[in-house]
Amino acid sequence: MNEDLGLWSVLLAVIGGAIRVSTPFLFVSLGETITERSGRINLGLEGTLVFGAMSAYGTAVLTNSPWAGVAVAALSGAAFGLLHGFVCRLPRVNDVAVGIALMLFGSGLAFFLGKPFIQPSAPPLPAIPFGFWSSLPQVRAALQVNVLFLAGAALSLVLWWAFRNTKAGLIVRVVGDSADAARAMGYDVDRVRLYATATGGALAGIGGAYLSLYYPGSWNEGVSSGQGLMAVALVIFARWNPLACFGAALLFGGAGALGPALQSVGVSQGYYLFYAAPYVLTLALLIATSSPDRALAGAPGELSLSK
Amino acid sequence: MRADAAPTEMSAAPARPSAGLQARAWLARRAEAVAIPVAAAVTGFALFGIFLGLMGKSPVQLVEIVWRGGFGSAFALGNTLQRAAPLLFAALCVALPARLGLVVIGGEGAIVLGGLAAAAVAPPLAALPAPLAIPLMACAAALVGAVWIGAVGWLQAYRGVNATISSLLLSYIAIALANHLIEGPLRDPTSLNKPSTLPVGEALMLGPMPGIGVHWGLGCGVIACLAAYLLMDRTTLGFAARIAGGNVRAAQIQGLPVGRLIVGFTALGGAFAALAGFFEVVAVQGTANGTLAAGYGYTGILVAFLARQNPIAIVPVAFLLGGIEASGGLIQRRMQLPDATVLVLEGLLFLVVLMSETLYGRFKLFSPHLWAAKRETAQVPATSVPA
Repeated sequence: MNEDLGLWSVLLAVIGGAIRVSTPFLFVSLGETITERSGRINLGLEGTLVFGAMSAYGTAVLTNSPWAGVAVAALSGAAFGLLHGFVCRLPRVNDVAVGIALMLFGSGLAFFLGKPFIQPSAPPLPAIPFGFWSSLPQVRAALQVNVLFLAGAALSLVLWWAFRNTKAGLIVRVVGDSADAARAMGYDVDRVRLYATATGGALAGIGGAYLSLYYPGSWNEGVSSGQGLMAVALVIFARWNPLACFGAALLFGGAGALGPALQSVGVSQGYYLFYAAPYVLTLALLIATSSPDRALAGAPGELSLSK
Repeated sequence: MRADAAPTEMSAAPARPSAGLQARAWLARRAEAVAIPVAAAVTGFALFGIFLGLMGKSPVQLVEIVWRGGFGSAFALGNTLQRAAPLLFAALCVALPARLGLVVIGGEGAIVLGGLAAAAVAPPLAALPAPLAIPLMACAAALVGAVWIGAVGWLQAYRGVNATISSLLLSYIAIALANHLIEGPLRDPTSLNKPSTLPVGEALMLGPMPGIGVHWGLGCGVIACLAAYLLMDRTTLGFAARIAGGNVRAAQIQGLPVGRLIVGFTALGGAFAALAGFFEVVAVQGTANGTLAAGYGYTGILVAFLARQNPIAIVPVAFLLGGIEASGGLIQRRMQLPDATVLVLEGLLFLVVLMSETLYGRFKLFSPHLWAAKRETAQVPATSVPA
């Protein structure tokens, strides 16, 4: 009986972890989807995520309002996106390299400015207890769903719809698939990409706010363990489809929760290997879905990544 | 062009108009290749000075502290050179694949695994004489690094998996794997609060190079950079690699083995990165532990891009960044600044240097064929950007 509950608790923890851990993945990957659909890749979202986490936490400490923190994180993320978009519109500047630079710069700036906020505690974002019907604490814990998770789920649906059915969505797609066609239609390619990168940055900033204001729920220099970069790989896995991003984010969240869940029931052997599970999963999926002969199915034609 | 993106014309070495056009063009190209990165670096420092000013700190004091902590005394210089050594190797792991068009950013993983491999083979090799055992340890490290980063090249060439992302994922996996081995199967039971492998032992440790008191990693790193330069710029193999990096289709039509070139040069880069880990183990730490993942792999990316993927230029750039990193502690203590200060400076430098890419071929000063030319004949044939 005890044994049974142990295994069930692993499953519950993985489900709960998938919901808890996936939110930053979800926001970053949705942001990156918008950016990449416009034909540019922003590897700097890792830095944006960390800076978003810091600015959200700092704002929440100072104003005592977590939502103000989310707003500031979105704004600062948009600022980083604008910087990336602006630098990349210069001729002969490589967007992948600029992303790496911004990753360094964003996290450096976040650590620099965030030093005073490591000690104080900020008000967390609210969560909705969907597990109220159960008497089991594990179930209650697993179904404690944050508002941002629901917002992200809704956003992925809206984006999926918008890419197909709205003018803005179509403009972003045409810019990403053929800059020449977009120019012929009279659209300013660089401007569309600038806005797409800024929007992507804002979403990544919100993902960062979730990290510091809900889970793990504190600000320190190890707040992100590369989620921003894994989300880039996740976008490829999700084939630039916002709905698939949602599923992929859940999968990654679950993979990330596997190690701690097993540890909690006493399986401590190979803890570090479980820690590597999401990375191995990402790599395996990339290898399985890539091909040297053709561009990835669904890839925007202008993307340097898939050329 | 916007005003803030213009680290503009300054400190350009003069090109002699009296020499032939060929010579002038050569000189101008070299002058451009030096002047623009230097101007960009100066701009980056200036921007950082403004940032410090906004934070209420003195930029002048920062320059003074970087000088004192990184270059001003024999001790500081030794510290700087010690940090520059792994950067040389780590930067080669970025620069060599970059000439083939691959952005590899996972050198950190190869460093960690290389150091671990060196430490892991040390106990069985302890019976051998040091002049035999130490090269074998280096080979073990290089082999592991070559396989690790070579896999990135293989995945790119034969499976179409983007090298930037796969190298980074592999780097995370490498660090997790190393942690697992260091805390598990390879752990020295006597290392209690800082898990480490068994020490390699005094006999297998490398001493300092004669005269300068810095370990051999520095000398080997400089030699590696020179060798990489010769390989890239003075051999047919390097030439083939640069063609493949410039235009894959053209290289394939020429019958060049693009896939094998990619695998070979990424593997070589990985072997170099692993040697950084090897020297950290046999010349600094004496054992493999968590400090192997000290971020040299990431700073190496910056070094390579600052050096514009030129192996020779890596040497001075690694020296400069080694100095900045060496003065990090002093910056923290003297100016009451967070330890991330160096990271902010590095990020700014990186950004400005990348922006300066757009300036190549823009200045008439560096294009002698334009000096006398009339407007309508000014068709710029060369942008003078190395592939």
